[in-house]
Amino acid sequence: MTDLSVANSASAAAFDVEAVRRDFPILSQQVNGKPLVYLDNGASAQKPVAVLDAMDRYYREMHSNVHRGAHTLGDRATAAFEGARETVRQFLNAGSTREIIWTRGTTEAINVVANGLAPRLNAGDEILVSHMEHHANIVPWQMVAERTGAKVVPIQVTPEGELDLDSFNSLLNDRTRILAITHVSNVLGTINPVAPLIAQAKKRGILTLVDGAQAVPHFQPDVQALGCDFYVFSSHKLFGPTGIGVLYGKAQLLEEMPPYQGGGEMIERVSFERTTWNVLPYKFEAGTPAIAEAVGLGAAIDYLNSLDRGAMESAEKALLERANQLVETVPGMEIIGTAANQVPVMSFKIAGLHPSDIGTLLDQQGIAIRTGHHCAMPLMDFYGVPGTARASFAFYNTLDEVDKLFTGLQKIQRLFA
Amino acid sequence: MTASKEDFLNNPLGTKTTLEDVLDAFEFLDDWEERYAYIIDLGKQLPAFPDDARTEENYVHGCQSQVWLIHHYDEASGKLYLLIDSDAMIVRGLAAIILVALNGKSPRELLTTDIDELFEQLDLFRHISPTRGNGLRAMVGKIRDLAAAEASGV
Repeated sequence: MTDLSVANSASAAAFDVEAVRRDFPILSQQVNGKPLVYLDNGASAQKPVAVLDAMDRYYREMHSNVHRGAHTLGDRATAAFEGARETVRQFLNAGSTREIIWTRGTTEAINVVANGLAPRLNAGDEILVSHMEHHANIVPWQMVAERTGAKVVPIQVTPEGELDLDSFNSLLNDRTRILAITHVSNVLGTINPVAPLIAQAKKRGILTLVDGAQAVPHFQPDVQALGCDFYVFSSHKLFGPTGIGVLYGKAQLLEEMPPYQGGGEMIERVSFERTTWNVLPYKFEAGTPAIAEAVGLGAAIDYLNSLDRGAMESAEKALLERANQLVETVPGMEIIGTAANQVPVMSFKIAGLHPSDIGTLLDQQGIAIRTGHHCAMPLMDFYGVPGTARASFAFYNTLDEVDKLFTGLQKIQRLFA
Repeated sequence: MTASKEDFLNNPLGTKTTLEDVLDAFEFLDDWEERYAYIIDLGKQLPAFPDDARTEENYVHGCQSQVWLIHHYDEASGKLYLLIDSDAMIVRGLAAIILVALNGKSPRELLTTDIDELFEQLDLFRHISPTRGNGLRAMVGKIRDLAAAEASGV
C-alpha cells in the first residue's frame, strides 16, 4: 500500500456521507414515488436525530420554566438552557455568554440591533448594506432610517456576484454609522471578505453587523477574529430547530442599547415609578424563551462538533465542483453568481423556462429546490430576472444527488422541447 | 394592443376545448411526464394577451409567477369571458384548465361550479405544491369575485 491510498482511506473514514445521512431520518423517504433529493438547505436544513432526541428528552425529563423555579426541574431546565448558550458562545468564539442573546431568528436579531442603534442615528447618517442582502438585512434598517432620517445605502455587486470593493471604498464617508453586511449570499453563495471590510469600518468608528445565516451551515465564524460588533444567525439553517436564533453583540454595545421588548424576564425591578432592566443577556429576552429550541440548537452544534469540519467542507466543495462541471450538459442553463469563493449554493436560470416551472417539475422527480426571488428582490433586479432556481447543498448531500439534479433538469428540457 | 370583444369570444378554452375533452385526455395520461406535457400543451392554447392589460389592476396576487386576468361581460348572451396570461408555462397550463371549466359561462353558472372537485378529479392538487395551489386558488378567487360582481349587477 502506498502512502496516498492510506491518506485517501483516512479521509474517507473521516467523512462517510452515507453514515451521516443515517443521522437525518427525514432524508430516507420517497417523495412523489422517488427518493427524496433535498437541495433546499439554504431555506432550511434538516435535523439530525441528536437534535430530535435532545428536544424530546428535554420535554420528557426536565421541562419547567427557566431562571424562576425553586425546584429541581427548574434547575435542570435552566442548566440545559444556559448550557446551550455556552455551546453557542464556544461555536462563535465569543468572549462571554453575556454577549449571546437568544432571538427568534436572524430576522429578529437584526431588528433588535436596528432598533437598539436607532438612538445613535441622526438625519443624514448612512447605513451601508450591500446589493446582495436578504430583505431581513435591508428592511429593518429602512424602518429605522424612516424614523431617524438616516439613509440606507447599498454597496454595489459585480456581475460575477462579488461585492464591488471600489463601491464600498467610495461609499464609506463621515456620515456612515453602520455597516450591515451578509457573510454569505443566500442567492449566490458568495462568501464575502467581511474581515477586511470590518477592519476598515472600525478605523472610522463605524459599527458593524454580519448576517451569518447562510455562513454558519458551511463554516464556523470566529467573532473575535472578525472583530464585528454584531453577528447573527438562525438555528434552523444550522440543522437545529425553527423558532430560535442568535444575536452575538459586544457587551458594551448591548449594555448601551435600549431593550427591544418589555415584559417578564428582562427586568431587574418593576414599579410604577421606575423599572430597571435585567443584566445581559436577559435584558433582551423578554418573556419565557424558546427553551427546548435552545437545547435543540445546542445539540445541533454538538453534533456538528462531532464531525470532521475540514472533511465536511471538502465534501461540500466537491458537490459544487460536480454541479459546475455538469452545467454544460443542460443547454441554455446559466449560473447566476460565479464568485471565486463560494459555499455550495447554485442559482441558475434556463433559457425559455420560468423558475417556477423548473421547481414544479423537479419536485415531480423528488428533487426539492427553491424558486423565486429568495427574499432578495434588489439582487433579482440587478440581474434582471424575476427569480432564479436555487439548489443549495448541505454536507449530507451526495454526488449522486447532484447527478440526479442534472438528469432531472435534462428531463425537464425534453418536456418543453 | 387592446383586447376586443372578439378576442374574448374567440377564446377556444371553455368553448371549443371543453371540460370533457380535458377530462378524457387526463384519463389516458399515465405518469407525471405525460400529465405535465399535456398541461404545457394546454397552456399554449391561451390566446394572445394584450400588452396594455398587464397592469397592477389586472395582476393576480398570490402566485409565484406573474399572472394577469381580464374579463368581458357579454350583455347579449349574459356570459362572462376571460383571458389569462402568465410568464410560467405550467401556470399557463393550469390557467387553461381553469378557463376550460369557467370561461364563457353565466356568472350564476360560474358561481355554482365546484372547481375544487374538478381539481380533485384531475388529481392536480396532489401533484401541485401548496404555494402553487395558492396561485390556482388566487386565480379562481378573482374569477369568482368578478362573477359575483356581475351577478349582483355592480
